[in-house]
Amino acid sequence: MDIINRLLGRENAGSRDIARERLRLVLIHDRASVSPNFLNALKEELIRVIREYMEIDEESIIVDLENEDNSVALVANIPIRGFKRAANE
Amino acid sequence: MKSRVIVITSGKGGVGKTTTTANLGTSLAMMDKRVVLVDTDIGLRNLDVVMGLENRIVFDIVDVVNGKCKLKQGLIKDKRFEGLHLLPAAQTKDKTAITPHQMKNLTNELRQDFDFILVDCPAGIEQGFRNAIAGADDAIVVAMPEVSSVRDADRIIGLLEAAGLRNSQLVVNRLRSKMVRRGDMMDIKDILDILSIDLLGVVPEDECIVVSTNRGEPAVMESASRAGAAYRRIARRMMGEEIPVISFDEPENLFYRFKKILKMAR
Ligand SMILES: Nc1ncnc2c1ncn2[C@@H]1O[C@H](COP(=O)(O)OP(=O)(O)OP(=O)(O)O)[C@@H](O)[C@H]1O
Ligand SMILES: [Mg+2]
Repeated sequence: MDIINRLLGRENAGSRDIARERLRLVLIHDRASVSPNFLNALKEELIRVIREYMEIDEESIIVDLENEDNSVALVANIPIRGFKRAANE
Repeated sequence: MKSRVIVITSGKGGVGKTTTTANLGTSLAMMDKRVVLVDTDIGLRNLDVVMGLENRIVFDIVDVVNGKCKLKQGLIKDKRFEGLHLLPAAQTKDKTAITPHQMKNLTNELRQDFDFILVDCPAGIEQGFRNAIAGADDAIVVAMPEVSSVRDADRIIGLLEAAGLRNSQLVVNRLRSKMVRRGDMMDIKDILDILSIDLLGVVPEDECIVVSTNRGEPAVMESASRAGAAYRRIARRMMGEEIPVISFDEPENLFYRFKKILKMAR
């Protein structure tokens, strides 16, 4: 099968695409973790924004990068303590 | 001409820093530039043998920065090319034998006498790396078209930027166009997309490199060497000439032509 793919010039038969994809994913992690400030700064900023809308447990917030099948996701777990009552118009 | 201090670095070991330093330096000297090659791989010196100058070493870089000898005494003059010099690394010490501050002073002193000061950096990101980049104006990052090498190049580019070296240029070494054609090696565009830095040149995988290293004669001296030709082009680009980056290719073999015909027929 491989040889047929090659003869027909189906480039994706080779490992180049795999290499490119793995590299893309690993660099997302590398670049994020190389600056330890990045995730912390992001976390601070998130807290600031969300606090405007709801009461959150700021101590137990987790913000991290997680691997999905072939992508990387920014996953934030933000426990909510309560909603602020909407002001009466 | 304003002198330039250029560090040749990669993060990952064995991707061709020393080969690149020797060939670019020789090529620049062949164009009548005054060039000094500085080997900062203390403890693992190699630039001397790649250049074929190992028998002429008396003093080394550690002797020079510690004042054991004058700078002029530490420099080995290459008799083949007017203006080409080598400052060898020490073999019996380690990377902490000199400091980034001393390195900076050394390169500044070399600026008086040379157009190009090419600094061959050791592998890794520790003190040897910090020494090598200390006095540099620019960096050439060498990478092979492999996941681990490109990944390390990315890390190095980040560290160079943090140190204020923002115009790093990339040399892709040991490209095998046959493998690229059959989809089993990343091509230049893939690597540039990922690293987003300027491309200085592409050097093909070439047996001549082994032969020339055996002889101690950089491949740029061999007119038939494809890697040598690629390095000569890179050197011209370093001199400011605008020549297209990629113009080498392996002669098309029968299989590839057959494949092309099949493709057209589809
Ligand atoms: N274009 C090429 N084609 C074939 N072989 C090559 C090529 N470039 C380098 N090599 C070979 O690869 C090996 C490593 O090269 P080199 O010593 O220049 O790498 P380096 O990055 O300086 O290594 P280190 O990190 O150990 O200092 C050598 O044996 C060299 O001959
Ligand atoms: Mg080396």
